[in-house]
Amino acid sequence: MTHPIQIILLRQLAGYLSVPLFLVDPKGDLLFYNEPAEVILGQRFEETGAMSADVWSSVFVPEDEHGNPIPPRTGPLSISIAERRPSHRRLFIRGFDGVVRHVEVAAIPIVGLQGDFLGAAALFWEVSE
Amino acid sequence: MRITLFGTRGSIAAPGPETNRYGGNTSAVEVLGKDGTVLVLDAGTGIRRLGAQVLPCTTRIDILLTHLHMDHIQGLGFFDPLYDPKIDVHIWGPASSVLTLEARLSRYLSPPLFPVHLRDLSRVVCHEVPRPPFHVGPFRISTSLVCHPGPTVGYRIEAEEGVATYLSDHEPALGLKNGQWPAAEWISGYDLAMNADLLIHDAQFTDDEYQRCVGWGHSTYRHAFEFARQVGAKQIVPFHHDPSHDDEMLDRLLDGAVKTFKSICAAAGREGTAFDVGG
Repeated sequence: MTHPIQIILLRQLAGYLSVPLFLVDPKGDLLFYNEPAEVILGQRFEETGAMSADVWSSVFVPEDEHGNPIPPRTGPLSISIAERRPSHRRLFIRGFDGVVRHVEVAAIPIVGLQGDFLGAAALFWEVSE
Repeated sequence: MRITLFGTRGSIAAPGPETNRYGGNTSAVEVLGKDGTVLVLDAGTGIRRLGAQVLPCTTRIDILLTHLHMDHIQGLGFFDPLYDPKIDVHIWGPASSVLTLEARLSRYLSPPLFPVHLRDLSRVVCHEVPRPPFHVGPFRISTSLVCHPGPTVGYRIEAEEGVATYLSDHEPALGLKNGQWPAAEWISGYDLAMNADLLIHDAQFTDDEYQRCVGWGHSTYRHAFEFARQVGAKQIVPFHHDPSHDDEMLDRLLDGAVKTFKSICAAAGREGTAFDVGG
């Protein structure tokens, strides 16, 4: 089934950004991530393809400043999906490459012309220490 | 169903001896069901002549607007059935996030741009799309938003005898990297056009023109034919011709595309041409 045009256009936009961007559907399933996001995940989208929310939350576990895992439901993307509002947080992530990165994450819900909820997008911005 | 092209030009009407064969009227297409049901795709200047040929027994007409750019609504006020007390006219088209379809159309169909106000046409009813598939007579009609600036939809019209898809203004190739088309679910308009018997599709630009017009919401012949191949359409009709393209140029563009895409069946998008889908 074809994705909504807003999601297609977001993917196209993501393909031309140097900022990591993740795109999820209303269930939280990961639909797409761009090349800069591949650096964080350590895997190419062409290799992983889309991922269910369960799989994606298990391979990508963010941590707080004390090294404690951030429960999946309290991450910015999860909040944008569950509560349909923007969400922002600083966190640490360990990618598939083993490197820990300090990032700011800003997630927004994607709402269509008729108020239809289409998913959420998250931008990751690496914090300069 | 019988599909007749009454206007195939994009952007602005372009009448003249140099466009005589392909026609100068902007988008208007009639879809006639076996039982006499009349659908009209877009209300460009071609709709005036279409309206003059409606059979006297007609009591309902459904106009399906893709979007509200001027070349797709300019003929609406000159569509005679709007003023016929025996005919109910249903207008389907996209709202915006802040205005209803009726409010958006009223910006044109009201003074000072037009002497008659839409609200005074008592037999006209507006319906907003996209929405889940709906039925008009023998037709099952599907809609979804497609890649074009502003709220714009395409239409898939299914009947017992076949499927026609109308994507008059569409840029599915926007953002393609290295010309590579993505998987089906990432192609704008894919579901609407999948396995269509007849695909009427935007083919406004040449390859050179497109380089200056990326993001304007239109396709080249190459894009349109590649889209047809991706979706498995059985026949494509290039549509929404650029007003600067004369008949000879349109012949050349079609010939070139047919030679490049040998597996794709194509027919010229000329005003007055009729297609029997599944007939």
